[in-house]
Amino acid sequence: MRFGVVVFPGSNCERDTLHVLREVLHEPAVPVWHEDTDLANFDCIVLPGGFAHGDYLRAGAIARFSPVMAAVEQFAAAGGLVWGICNGFQVLVEAGLLPGAMLQNAGLRFVCRWVDVRVERDDLPFTRGLAPGTVLHLPVAHHEGCYYADAATLDELDRNGQIVLRYCDSKGVTVAAANPNGSIANVAGVCNRARNVFGLMPHPERCAEPLLGGADGLQLFEAVAQAAVSLAGR
Amino acid sequence: MRAAERLTPGTVGLTEAEYRHICESLEREPNNLELGMFGVLWSEHCSYKHSKPLLRRLPTTGAHVLQGPGENAGAVDIGHGLAAVMKIESHNHPSAVEPLQGAATGVGGILRDIFTMGARPIALMDALCFGDPGHPRTGYLLGGVVGGIGFYGNCVGVPTVGGSVTFDACYNGNPLVNALCLGIADRDRIFTARAQGPGNPVLLVGSATGRDGIAGASFASVELGAETEERRPAVQVGNPFLEKLLIEACLELAGHPDVVAMQDLGAAGLTGASSEMAAHGGCGIEIDVAAVSRREAGMTPFEVMLSESQERMLIVVRAGAEQDVRAVFDRWGLHSDLIGRVTDDGLVRIHDGANLVAELPAGYLSGGTPEYQPPVMQPSKPTLRSEAPFSVPDDLGAVLLDLLASPNLCSRRSLFEQYDHMVQINTIVPPGEGSAVLRVKGTPSGLVLGLGSNPRACAADPYTGGALAVAEACRNVACAGARPIALTDCLNFGDPERVGVWQALTAVIEGIREACVVLDVPIISGNVSLYNETEGAPIDPTPVVGALGLLEDVTKHARAAFEPSQEVWLLGPLAAELGASEYAAWSGWKSGAPAALDLDLERRVQACVRELVESGLVTTATDVADGGLAVALAELALAGNVGIEADLAAEWGSIRPDAALFGEAGSRIIVGFDPAYRTRVDTIARQHRVPTTRLGVTGGKRITIGDWLAVDIDEARQRWSGALDRIGAAQGPGGAHGDS
Repeated sequence: MRFGVVVFPGSNCERDTLHVLREVLHEPAVPVWHEDTDLANFDCIVLPGGFAHGDYLRAGAIARFSPVMAAVEQFAAAGGLVWGICNGFQVLVEAGLLPGAMLQNAGLRFVCRWVDVRVERDDLPFTRGLAPGTVLHLPVAHHEGCYYADAATLDELDRNGQIVLRYCDSKGVTVAAANPNGSIANVAGVCNRARNVFGLMPHPERCAEPLLGGADGLQLFEAVAQAAVSLAGR
Repeated sequence: MRAAERLTPGTVGLTEAEYRHICESLEREPNNLELGMFGVLWSEHCSYKHSKPLLRRLPTTGAHVLQGPGENAGAVDIGHGLAAVMKIESHNHPSAVEPLQGAATGVGGILRDIFTMGARPIALMDALCFGDPGHPRTGYLLGGVVGGIGFYGNCVGVPTVGGSVTFDACYNGNPLVNALCLGIADRDRIFTARAQGPGNPVLLVGSATGRDGIAGASFASVELGAETEERRPAVQVGNPFLEKLLIEACLELAGHPDVVAMQDLGAAGLTGASSEMAAHGGCGIEIDVAAVSRREAGMTPFEVMLSESQERMLIVVRAGAEQDVRAVFDRWGLHSDLIGRVTDDGLVRIHDGANLVAELPAGYLSGGTPEYQPPVMQPSKPTLRSEAPFSVPDDLGAVLLDLLASPNLCSRRSLFEQYDHMVQINTIVPPGEGSAVLRVKGTPSGLVLGLGSNPRACAADPYTGGALAVAEACRNVACAGARPIALTDCLNFGDPERVGVWQALTAVIEGIREACVVLDVPIISGNVSLYNETEGAPIDPTPVVGALGLLEDVTKHARAAFEPSQEVWLLGPLAAELGASEYAAWSGWKSGAPAALDLDLERRVQACVRELVESGLVTTATDVADGGLAVALAELALAGNVGIEADLAAEWGSIRPDAALFGEAGSRIIVGFDPAYRTRVDTIARQHRVPTTRLGVTGGKRITIGDWLAVDIDEARQRWSGALDRIGAAQGPGGAHGDS
């Protein structure tokens, strides 16, 4: 099986993610219950959006203790692809699989709207084929999406090329007005050092079909699917 | 309460006459618990004792109807083996006292009404009314209600796809929070709430039971007063995370052959759910309160039976299947208590362990409320002046900008951006365009939701106002290109024992009935909220109608936004009235009569726009509503970021310009299309015998209407945007959290 989409109690975008994988990309994909620990048959694990365990305490803070997360950590260490979308990104940060932390949005409100993000790197499986500077139009929907890292960490992320997406205007300029949540340095998505774990706050699964007002998200899904295929052939 | 304390009928909201009726029927006096059970179930909120005779007049059947009023929600056939399940419900009183939790649990309650039927909730909408923006509580209530809707809806993963917000001094201190939910089910797997099969076990699933919301239904059926703040304990506390788990667990059971019936615990809690299930099924039910999981120690049977703790469900399963069903709830980490069984004696029998603590006939408890018989009266035809008592302002462009920045007409973006309106990836037309368009995955079809409400017109002329609410809701759906197939209504009124309120209720329902008949669309569910008063004054009569439309092909729908180089026409009458218009109210004149509504013309105009959109000729359509023609043109220009050059003076002759620009009337729709289609559009309009007026062409960055006004789009946008934030929605509500 190529894709596993983790279902925590309180996940609410797993069906959307499965829809895009199965109905739009025609990829084999199944839900993975948060108590499952056998990920041996997957090439890519997706942690979807939602409110895992109610996001009580802090977004993702309880989900990191779900049994599946130890397996996800091993899966990532073995080189498997791990993709966190919105709440999934928060879970990966809480689990220490991605650097940094999430704060409440600068406006202290939930924000659901379209944003533009600039692709910074294409040297990871999740953005392969998307030239740096490419602007993607994607929706966000979150209340704790203000990415934070201290100066030393941010510097390290920059040096290692781990900042993958930044909020920008429609021309690709990373202005403050284009930042929906106050994220430091307009960071919208980061990867780990090994480049096989990737998290982003926007929801590519919400714009993978033109009928929904845009299909830029499909580019990310296609890149991931390609990568999963080549991983499967290792 | 202490056991020895004897409750009086008044403390549970019953009249002396109702109490005597109970004693005579039971041939004994009820004990405290029994009296409490009657109090909640015989409240207006649960029994509709005032409104039932009137509600019977509404048409509730039609070609698509699978389930009319009487179950948790109504259901209609939408083809492809699917049913749409829909209902609107109020949560006004709780929101007045504790806006965040009041609104949140309003959302939670309407969601449960939908998934109790085995339908997955796919969309929410809210009709909200608040007091004067300058009133000291308005900002607090607005921020809290919006925060509560987001807090709950965002977490459960059901998109809030639209709604309405109205400000008027009549709602000072008594806001209205009406939540509508739409769900989709397999047509053949709809659950009912009819308990069946003596001996079948009864499960209480979901959350544990606490002391919140005790006797909330009774609270909802009295007027708010100075002591309202003291009613906080009657407000429930919502947990959207638990609701999300409950949705998934219950839907896992949809179509399960061993599930006999399902009923959510809403108003009147366990008392309501158990007695209604038994009464609907024509059987009895036996419950042991000692088996109910509690949040607190020491709860009495009275408290357990009357608690309105949220996120609970009562399920009747086939004997022997209880372990299978309980395993599903175990997996989702939810309680599933085996609390009783179905009986064949028609009684609701409550035990506390070995002790029998209440025994009442189910049918009498949930359906025996004596109906209130008001004096028969003719709805009085209002005699109102139709001449506006103010002169035409000099600068009509400035008036347009002021109206666009006014609380009732300014952009709602800052509200709907706080709601997740995209989750479930069905939202084709997002909030802000008059109606929401959703795709139905796995089919070519779409569903369209529209709202209609016109309290200002209802206050002046309740019959016309009621008909307008239906017409507007259907018109919004028609503008998207869809055929309305079902309505749900929420009737928000003051104390029905006031003659004026009763008269208005009678006339509004008559108006709704007439419009339903002419437009050929049934009411499949609804709710009545009476006693909306503060300090002795009733609110304006506020019927809110939600319309569900069906699009055979979801790709063929119109948007409420101009495109460049379109020809722009008005369908329907050119004439409009200042009476009951937003502009007149904004100018300080609220006593004018609304324009008469010609329902037959309304039907033809809606059929016409539907054909124009279906045929692919028209890609832009919106109804002309609050603020009249000028505001509708400005909204279309703002949404599309394309200007309009209109010239009207010639058609209008000597009408006063502000009436032409800002006057209101029913049956009016603006359409935009490629000029190449002019002849075909004209032919279709003639076939429907719909009058048309050419308004102008789109292009540029200005909104120009003859010599009367010319406004720059960017300036209009600047005034229109962000105006709501100044009222208080900007003050983050607190309590809302989390992410998608």
